[in-house]
Amino acid sequence: MRAARALFVALLAPLAIGATEPKLVPDVSQSRIEIRYSFTGAELLLFGAIIYPGGRAPREGTDIAVVLKGPVQPLVAREKQKVAGIWMNVESARFRSAPSFYAVASSRPLSKLVDERTSAIYELGLNNLQLSPGTGAPLDVQRRFEAGLIDLMRRHQLYFEDPDGVKISEGVLYRARISIPARVPVGDYTAETFLIQDGRVIAGAVREVRIEKLGFERFVATAAERWSFAYGLTAVSLSLLLGWAGSAMFRRG
Amino acid sequence: MDIYLPVAGLSVNALVIIALGGVVGLLSGMIGVGGGFLTTPILIFYGIPPAVAVASATTQITGTSVSAVLAHRRRKGVDYRMGGVIIAGGLLGAAAGGAIFRLLQNLGQIDTAIAILYVVLLGSIGILMAKEAGTELEIFRKKPAARPARRHNPVIAMLPLRWRFYRSGLYISPLAPLILGMIGGMLTVLLGVGGGFIMVPAMIYILGMSAQVVVGTSLLQILFVTAATTMIHATTTKSVDIVLAALLLAGSVIGAQVGARFAQRVKPELLRMFLAIVILVVAIRMAIGLGWRPEEIYTVQLL
Repeated sequence: MRAARALFVALLAPLAIGATEPKLVPDVSQSRIEIRYSFTGAELLLFGAIIYPGGRAPREGTDIAVVLKGPVQPLVAREKQKVAGIWMNVESARFRSAPSFYAVASSRPLSKLVDERTSAIYELGLNNLQLSPGTGAPLDVQRRFEAGLIDLMRRHQLYFEDPDGVKISEGVLYRARISIPARVPVGDYTAETFLIQDGRVIAGAVREVRIEKLGFERFVATAAERWSFAYGLTAVSLSLLLGWAGSAMFRRG
Repeated sequence: MDIYLPVAGLSVNALVIIALGGVVGLLSGMIGVGGGFLTTPILIFYGIPPAVAVASATTQITGTSVSAVLAHRRRKGVDYRMGGVIIAGGLLGAAAGGAIFRLLQNLGQIDTAIAILYVVLLGSIGILMAKEAGTELEIFRKKPAARPARRHNPVIAMLPLRWRFYRSGLYISPLAPLILGMIGGMLTVLLGVGGGFIMVPAMIYILGMSAQVVVGTSLLQILFVTAATTMIHATTTKSVDIVLAALLLAGSVIGAQVGARFAQRVKPELLRMFLAIVILVVAIRMAIGLGWRPEEIYTVQLL
């Protein structure tokens, strides 16, 4: 995460030298999203201002893209095929760095804002994710699996693209809403904002967002992971107790 | 009323889960089955990850079998010696099942294996039960018995080291119930079922145990093996969701008591016919799921 951030800063460093370019002042509505007992998802607001040097009037054709990205994880994607009348997993492919969550919103469709090379550099858009395929499979097979993985994550609302999710008012203030589903993975997220003019990214900024379980939910998840033996014993005793209590209660009644 | 399941990592409607537990409890109180074979597939259809569904359903079965075991104990309907041997086999089977579970998970075939096992087991048992209950209800004509059924199975009589099981009225080798227990334990880990629907017929028709102790002994085995399985899942797959299990239990302990009361007023053959139909519907639904082209042919597993 830190390396990614350093790279990001390095990419934008040449842009900061000249003070003639506009600057971004971004913020997020919540820097911490808490998963509690009735969590059914959340909505994150990414907003901010574009500051033009010397109070210059805003120019037409200034666009904003925001990206909310979850921690990357290694995973294996499997593809089902029909074998003897049954749909079962046959082929698989590994990806070393698939983001657990990726949402991009922009003020116009991304293809109209930047060319392919730029969007590949800044990982803008679902087709430009750096998934790092881990097998020496032929390119077309890799593509097929990438498309399958992205499609699956879209169905789970963990990946999405909103081509006009960013609203810019008066050319100065922008805001974008990103909805986060209930099955979102926990971790440190980055919210990146890009200011785009004439197909170039001229400014960018990162904010961090932390999604975590809290209170009872956090305690249970940690206990299941770290004190698994005691957790198992607790689960067994709980079920014995509830079962016994149920029968005792009804016998009396 | 949405509630977040900390281990499954998603929100469910608490009332739906409690109602599911209630229906399953009702069935188990009426007919004397654990109901795991219904809970697990329904949880999977609902969107709970299969591993979490299997593990948490096991925890629930422990709870529902407690009160039933206590009731059978009061009626002296438990053969502890036989139970002990079957439990020993069950624990071995559960450990082996755990290894198979992990192997299949790594191969990516666990979902298919679970579905095929369900279809085969539920399909055959559903048909057998429907036939038997149908004959009792005189829907089908009774076939005249060709020869009187043998109490002792010749293969089992051949096994060495015979023990006496007084309550079961048997003098057989403990190897037979041990192997039977192992099969039951394996099914518990793989499918999240107590295995009563296999054990009870096997104890009657293969071991030849006396009918008064069959259900109580099978329940005792279910109690211990599901408790052990919860421990295995908690320490290896780490997919026991205590909140999910508690919700299911809340419904099922109440459902079981209501069901037990209701059962005294309905013909048992009718109940078995009903159960057979439910089992067949689940089996057919799973078979369709295997043969139909799934909407999403890709799945993802984290490494």
